[in-house]
Amino acid sequence: MQSSALSRYIGLIPSSVMIGAFFVIPFVLILLTSVSTPTDDGGYATGFDLQHFERFLTWFYIERALFSAGLCALIAVLSLLIAYPFTYFLTTFPPRSQTFWLIYILAQLSLSEVLIAFSWQILLSRTAGVANILVWIGVIEKSFAMTPSAGAVVAALVYLTVPFSVLLLFPALSRLDKSLIEASRTLGASPLRTFFTVIIPVTRPAIISGGVTVFVLTLGAIIVPQVLGKPEHWTLSVLITDQAIFNFNMPFASALAVVLLVLSATVIWLVTKFSGKKT
Amino acid sequence: MPTTLSRRRFLGTAAATGAAALAAPAIVQAAQSLKVGTYGGFFEDSFKQFIFPEFTKATGIEVNSVAVPTGETWLVQIKNAARAKTAPADVSLMAGIPRSHGADQKVFKALDDSKIPNLSNMPDRFKDRYDDGTLYGVGAVSWYITLCTNSDEIPEAPDSWAALWDETYKDQIGLLGLASNSHMLEVTAATFFGGTDILDTKDGIQQVFDKLSELVPNVRLWYKDEGAFQQALQDGEIPMGQYYHDVAGLAAAEGFPVVSTFPKEGAVVDSGYWIVPEHAQPVDEIHEFINFISAAETQALLSRNVGTAPVVDPALTDLTEEELAAVSSPKAPIVPRYDIYKDHADWISDTWNQMIAG
Repeated sequence: MQSSALSRYIGLIPSSVMIGAFFVIPFVLILLTSVSTPTDDGGYATGFDLQHFERFLTWFYIERALFSAGLCALIAVLSLLIAYPFTYFLTTFPPRSQTFWLIYILAQLSLSEVLIAFSWQILLSRTAGVANILVWIGVIEKSFAMTPSAGAVVAALVYLTVPFSVLLLFPALSRLDKSLIEASRTLGASPLRTFFTVIIPVTRPAIISGGVTVFVLTLGAIIVPQVLGKPEHWTLSVLITDQAIFNFNMPFASALAVVLLVLSATVIWLVTKFSGKKT
Repeated sequence: MPTTLSRRRFLGTAAATGAAALAAPAIVQAAQSLKVGTYGGFFEDSFKQFIFPEFTKATGIEVNSVAVPTGETWLVQIKNAARAKTAPADVSLMAGIPRSHGADQKVFKALDDSKIPNLSNMPDRFKDRYDDGTLYGVGAVSWYITLCTNSDEIPEAPDSWAALWDETYKDQIGLLGLASNSHMLEVTAATFFGGTDILDTKDGIQQVFDKLSELVPNVRLWYKDEGAFQQALQDGEIPMGQYYHDVAGLAAAEGFPVVSTFPKEGAVVDSGYWIVPEHAQPVDEIHEFINFISAAETQALLSRNVGTAPVVDPALTDLTEEELAAVSSPKAPIVPRYDIYKDHADWISDTWNQMIAG
């Protein structure tokens, strides 16, 4: 008994050391920096000072935090709305084409956010963008730029997150017990009704975990909002970059990062608390 | 206990000796080469093509070029390297507020005036000194931020910054995205308040902000990435905005319909200075390099090939009137007020962010 407990602990050591070194220590450093005190020469020293959090507590930054959360929630919903039907139909394909599609979607993940943001910028520009196609078909008279705008930010972020959603939904949907669907149909439910009252409830845990993952992933997006959005579409992550890189204010950047972390932790906690139990 | 101590000390000594032995070839090698940091992209390319070969020809010292970021990022990298007692470059360009922050934190090596005879060519404002008078920064190049327009879209370029407030240009303007690099506070003060003195007080800055916020509806792009704006300006997608005179001139030379105008209130002048990180090693080579760039001939070479304005008295150079006009203007420039971005850093950054977010 004792020796097996011991061996279990020993087995935990490598992963614990890794998690400690690469996750806990940096996080503690951010936490310490966020409450550090300024020094006379413009730097900062270890101490306890809440001024950076006080600076956050103005309507501007609170509004930015709420905007970021709202935008990420919207992206999570849109991404799932696109990915869910696609993934469901994908699971009905023969295994060979399923593999092909999954490899194709995995390959999309190798595109970086930077590449995607700049590609969308060209795609939505006046001179080389899709507006020219609209002119060509005769829908509009003169080409126009579709960026920077809220629509551009949403489009690129959804594009960025759909592959993740598909991969997160795929295991649950492919393991779905087909006899449930047959039972529902035999009992007289229409395909649509079966979809909403049987398939969706059964795969709810996957939908929720997929939504949360996309939400958290989008919270960290910097390039897309900055390149494709106007300043009013810049998220908290963009402001953190500004503070850390351009304004040289590590303590305030750290404080904003802590706020961002609290925000995502709260969302994860709320979602697991209110939706995880029934299944 | 004593054994442990001596053992540790022995290990420490052995490690130090080993490290020194390993480092020795590097020092010998370093004596004939210098790591010089200039802004990545066009600047670095031009220095590599036109300036560094001349320096190697004149002194026999090889140059390893390092691309450095503009803004505070580079200072952060220098400070991080300093904690490990190293320097990411032996000598590098740094401008404006980061230089001033770095000087406050004393991360730059003190330079020896006597080893840079060409210092006599330049005015005192290009010699940065610590409070005790020691030199830590030497002017390298100057550049201007002007009012740039696309001549296809706006055939007659406006001659005043006030055009940025003109309602006919709604949603057509590109400006730099940060208070501290666009210097729009200084531009607004010079255009509507008779000069930058109004920025001496916080109340004054607020007044300038109030005026500046009137142009926000005209701004389509608050850019952080120069490339994005240049592309839009060349295409006419964003036909007007503030941009760098030298790069705009190059775009025009390549045939793009871009015009750079020195407004009647003056263009914003900014300068890059050579600074030396505390732990840079080849001290003599560094001084020789700075001295070489401070020579009137090198400054003329820079003006012709990089498009920067000389930091030495133009009369000392052999630049013709046309050549000088291409890189600078006899009109009094708007000189950035770096002090306000240090004294009111947080407040200006917050007010600016709120303003541009509408």
